[in-house]
Amino acid sequence: MTTIDRHIPDRLDSPLRSALFSWEALLVLVAVAIFIVNSLASPYFLNAWSISDLTFNFVEKGLIALAMALLIIAGEIDLSVAAIIALASTAMGMAMQAGLDTPGLVIVGLAVGLACGAFNGLLVTRLGLPSIVVTIGTMSLFRGIAFIVLGDEAYRGYPQSFAYFGQGYVWWVVSFEIVLFAVMAVVFWFLLHRTVFGRTVFTIGNNPVAAAFSGIRVERVKFILFCLTGLMAGVASVLLTSRLGSTRPSIAQGYELEVITMVVLGGVSILGGSGSIVGVVLAAVIMGLVTFGLGLLNVPGIVMSIAIGMLLITVIALPILWQRLKKARTV
Amino acid sequence: MMHAPAPTTVNATAPLLTLSGISKSFPGVRALNDVALSLYPGQVTALIGENGAGKSTLVKIMTGIYQPDAGRIAIDGRPVELASAHAAFENGITAIHQETVLFDDLSVAENIFLGHAPRSRLGLIDWRTMRANAREVLETMRAGHIDADARLRDLGIANKHLVAVARAMSIDAQIVIMDEPTAALSAKEIEELFLLIEFLKEEGKAILFISHKFDEIYRIADRYTVFRDGEMVGEGRLTDTAEGEIVRLMVGRSVEHIFPERTPKIGAPLLAVSGLSHPTEFEDISFELKRGEILGFYGLVGAGRSEIMQAIAGMTRTSGGSIALDGETLAPKSAAEAIASGIVYVPEERGRQGVVIGLPIFQNVSLPSLSKTSKNGVLRLAEEFALARTYTERLDLRAASLSQDVGTLSGGNQQKVVIAKWLATKPRVIILDEPTKGIDIGSKAAVHGFMAELVAEGLSVIMVSSELPEILGMSDRIVVMREGRMVNIYDNDGLDAETLVRAAAGIVA
Repeated sequence: MTTIDRHIPDRLDSPLRSALFSWEALLVLVAVAIFIVNSLASPYFLNAWSISDLTFNFVEKGLIALAMALLIIAGEIDLSVAAIIALASTAMGMAMQAGLDTPGLVIVGLAVGLACGAFNGLLVTRLGLPSIVVTIGTMSLFRGIAFIVLGDEAYRGYPQSFAYFGQGYVWWVVSFEIVLFAVMAVVFWFLLHRTVFGRTVFTIGNNPVAAAFSGIRVERVKFILFCLTGLMAGVASVLLTSRLGSTRPSIAQGYELEVITMVVLGGVSILGGSGSIVGVVLAAVIMGLVTFGLGLLNVPGIVMSIAIGMLLITVIALPILWQRLKKARTV
Repeated sequence: MMHAPAPTTVNATAPLLTLSGISKSFPGVRALNDVALSLYPGQVTALIGENGAGKSTLVKIMTGIYQPDAGRIAIDGRPVELASAHAAFENGITAIHQETVLFDDLSVAENIFLGHAPRSRLGLIDWRTMRANAREVLETMRAGHIDADARLRDLGIANKHLVAVARAMSIDAQIVIMDEPTAALSAKEIEELFLLIEFLKEEGKAILFISHKFDEIYRIADRYTVFRDGEMVGEGRLTDTAEGEIVRLMVGRSVEHIFPERTPKIGAPLLAVSGLSHPTEFEDISFELKRGEILGFYGLVGAGRSEIMQAIAGMTRTSGGSIALDGETLAPKSAAEAIASGIVYVPEERGRQGVVIGLPIFQNVSLPSLSKTSKNGVLRLAEEFALARTYTERLDLRAASLSQDVGTLSGGNQQKVVIAKWLATKPRVIILDEPTKGIDIGSKAAVHGFMAELVAEGLSVIMVSSELPEILGMSDRIVVMREGRMVNIYDNDGLDAETLVRAAAGIVA
């Protein structure tokens, strides 16, 4: 063979340059803009405690969004996460009445979340059913159980120490919730972008057949991702139950849509295959800023839900329209 | 350059359909180059050629799916433009494929009259007339045993073909294309199909019959046209032409492509496959692969070659037999296990099974080697880049950077990435399934040159290929398969293409 030296470089653009022109950079600009608008619109916004309160608007959903991002990148989805919160919360309420203390309650909450995720995962990977159908079904199933157990009632009277997870502060205005979110964001960033497991997630999302031919156990990875999403819903359930101090069967109603909005706004392709944790974290912050800002302006909840619906459609449509525009120009 | 022969005295009829000067190119591939074809009323013309000779492209042009880059199409001497599938339909051209394009959940009558159903005065479908007409059409083609109200799903493949033909009759199609119609039929069903073709001939239809099976061609066809590498290399009447002549035309003598010179250093047996069977795809497959050997697998599409290779690579389960590597019995249950034991499979469908479009080149290459380029499950990008560079540069990959999406590469360069990815696992046996299918000449030469280097280093290669020059140019020994069974193993020593074609097509020499 001729030995012409054809050196292929690792990359053409420097990592810094590609970071500057990324979706994430755009999200930072958007977040700063909303922050400024908020501080101009309300005199109460620029205040350490206000900003601390703001974080409670997105942390629980954001924690689920971290795991959901991996699931969507792998080409699957879980619509039952809010129902898992309700079921896990109901289970914790029952456990409390049975006399369990805080550590036991946390374990019950996490275990129910994990079990629900595993159930979704089994239905999708073992029976080969589409996840969107499976999790619409389990969404009704999980929440239905919570309604059967509770009816119009509510569980109240969680132990004093249990309140720490949703209401406690680690230091000054820094809540336990935001610290946990920061830690989990780093953990998920590392998992997705720095490990072999994360690479297999991207590979499966782009081409599951080629992934299987390359020796990746596609079904196993997907099962783990469903378990992880269920577990994070369990974590969110512990935080939310602790913060509210009670369990109603309607708890966390509609959260799944906000979680998916966060993931998609964060730049994760709804078709699978691409996305980043940094983007999802920024999107969670933006969602928190928007809802808190609207709250400061006394915008009613129903208008907020309209705003979130519009945001979801916009962020899904924008990249697709952008691609189409680019194509139209090149042809 | 061949010209359409002047009508002989025996055949005074003018052609019904004439295609002339038809050319069609795809990026990197010239599928058809100035080909001609004539179909005569009341006659069956067989279109013959190897895989990749351009037959399917021509059928797609005739049915309006592809538009030719150049050339003329005329029906009854009147030029036509087949701008869409609908236009072809309007011009009375209909095609019956291996997987017939009908609607499984509609009734037989609905399938026959879809798009031109008889209407009542109110513009609604006149069901009664439609059923009656359907029965009549089926009756005239001696297929009265098919119930016009039956759901198509409940019919066998042979009866589905009959429905497709009935549909052609109902629109009074004059030109019927049959693309390997017998591929999924039993011997009895084939007989029934032939009776039907006779009937269509009597009706004066012009029929194009595509088949790889010479016995069928001689049985049913009147004329033949042979394609090779996208060119028309001969045509005539079958009664005037011996089988051997057609095989020679198919195979050709021109060798445009020089294969690498090599002096095989073949060692001891490495892989031993014995009695390997699958419930439906293949049966009783036994062969040995030696160190430093290229073993070619030749056969028609559907002969079961890919399925055998996928079984050896852990992607398909078997129903019997054994696989041993270096004396050690293997029963790989997944690709991961096969890769771990040193057997890798480079699949035929590059886009679906090979490359991961959306990921950069270096991540494609490192994919099956991630356990080596990582530590405790944590990626090491520098090692991945180094691994990717080593193998892609050896294969002479043309890319701007290793971080480029593999989807932006040409087909040939994507194939180099796929081969690089498998070589990076340092396999002992590499199975290449149609390694140069659909790639340009330059990339083909690079792949062939590299295969020669690999075996020189002691790697063992199995190459599945439907391209005769490639099989003969590269293999040390050649296994010929036909309908899921091994026909023979030949030493590639003075072997000629005709022997292989005859064996694969089931012609007893």
